[in-house]
Amino acid sequence: MNVTVARLTVRGLLGRRSGILLLVVPALLLLVAVIARLTADTPEDLAATVLGRLGMGTLLPILALVVGTGVIATEIEDGSIVYLLAKPLPRHWIVTTKLTVAIAATWLLAAVPMLIAGLLLCGTRDGVAVAYAAGTLVAGAAYSALFLLLGVATRHAVVAGLGYALVWESLVGNFVPGARTLSIQQWGLSVAKSIAVQGSIAADVALTVAVPLLVVVAVASTLLAAVRLGGLTLAGEE
Amino acid sequence: MAVITIDRVSRWFGNVVAVNDVSMQIGPGVTGLLGPNGAGKSTLIHMMSGFLPPSAGEVALDGVPIWRNQEVYRAIGLVPERESMYDYLTGWEFVLANAELHGLADPAAAARRALGLVEMEYAQDRKTGTYSKGMKQRVKMASALVHDPAVLLLDEPFNGMDPRQRLQLMELLRRFGAEGRTVLFSSHILEEVEQLARHIEVVVAGRHAASGDFRRIRRLMTNRPHRYLVRSSDDRRLAAALIADGSTAGIEFDGQERALRIQAVDFQGFTTLLPRVAKDAGIRLYTVSPADESLESVFSYLVAS
Repeated sequence: MNVTVARLTVRGLLGRRSGILLLVVPALLLLVAVIARLTADTPEDLAATVLGRLGMGTLLPILALVVGTGVIATEIEDGSIVYLLAKPLPRHWIVTTKLTVAIAATWLLAAVPMLIAGLLLCGTRDGVAVAYAAGTLVAGAAYSALFLLLGVATRHAVVAGLGYALVWESLVGNFVPGARTLSIQQWGLSVAKSIAVQGSIAADVALTVAVPLLVVVAVASTLLAAVRLGGLTLAGEE
Repeated sequence: MAVITIDRVSRWFGNVVAVNDVSMQIGPGVTGLLGPNGAGKSTLIHMMSGFLPPSAGEVALDGVPIWRNQEVYRAIGLVPERESMYDYLTGWEFVLANAELHGLADPAAAARRALGLVEMEYAQDRKTGTYSKGMKQRVKMASALVHDPAVLLLDEPFNGMDPRQRLQLMELLRRFGAEGRTVLFSSHILEEVEQLARHIEVVVAGRHAASGDFRRIRRLMTNRPHRYLVRSSDDRRLAAALIADGSTAGIEFDGQERALRIQAVDFQGFTTLLPRVAKDAGIRLYTVSPADESLESVFSYLVAS
């Protein structure tokens, strides 16, 4: 962890236009929750749709993608990463610092709004609000690590990330049940399910599978990102 | 004493050979890395700065390989060609961040000193995104100097600078060279290198074409015939008057261009002869342009010799 790298990363995240998009995501979730609360007779019935499908299924991966790639891919793309790399700093420090910022931002902008939205919809009933927030915490961390790796590994990180989150998890996962086993969203739901009162949250992956997979993805992505960053080349423009 | 050694280094990208079996040593003082665009200068500098592994051979600083060795950055200051540099930071914040990243004991003092060296204190509170190209270049210099490195690598540092900024930067680099630092800069502009570096390394098409004292290499260049394209109010009369002088080796009338192609043996002699002859004969000169002074032709001459 390096304080200067963290400071530069935070300012880079908030200083760019994508910073506005970061606020749109939680605002949208809260807006939908408020509308549901005001209009539905039993808003708690909408929890699975608003918190599970919209929140964890769509908004969380989009937010994590913007944050995870935004903390490093933009610097690699425009070449300013040189100023971090041309320093006697171990590469894994840079990666872990940027990942810490990405996770913190994802938690702040996704898990906190998720908790508020959950409380708006269900109050404290069945522990649903806390469960979804906890699911968002673990899934948000795994998404951040994966998307940060994509940001280091490919120049098309956003496309690759969207491909995973929207095509694999949402589209393929909808039609091919087996695909859900390899879905961060489902792992997060599995954690949420284990926390809430039985029967209030559904998930397709067992907790004993979800937790190890979450850990493996987060740790392996971080290690790979550090290795990739260590060997990052700047091809000549010639 | 910091010495960068490039030992039988080649670098290829797929089928394209960017650097071909180059060996050179860059020692203290100012060295110019000269070559036309696309010659492999940036590739060489990327390898010297640890951002590209050689496909073959080794690049080392004082005997220690540079690739995948972050410790070398304690001794190396790098001024990259690309302009992006955290546009949302002020000049001060940018240089200070660089000092902090180096883990210096007093980063604020180091940042102040570095900004003073490049005379950028007056704009240090402005965002770097609002800087002109020359200002960005100087702040990049400050960030490279902040840890007082023994080696300074600059990729095309004069690009986009106005003449005053260029002179300032040259003066600065000269001073660093005189202090015993190893300063290497790349350029495709002959005059820039001529003004700044005594020692030059020339690369052409990925190969090491020449190495050594600039004056010796320049002499090789001045010994060759110079070609000019001249248009005047009376080309034929001008040709007759010029050929009578010994500094002119040959003249051809180019009907298509409607101009004279003149080959001069004595560069100095010809440049004083031409206006004098034209004036004496009452001929007006419309165009006088060197036909083979482009860097590429200078290099091809060097390679041929």
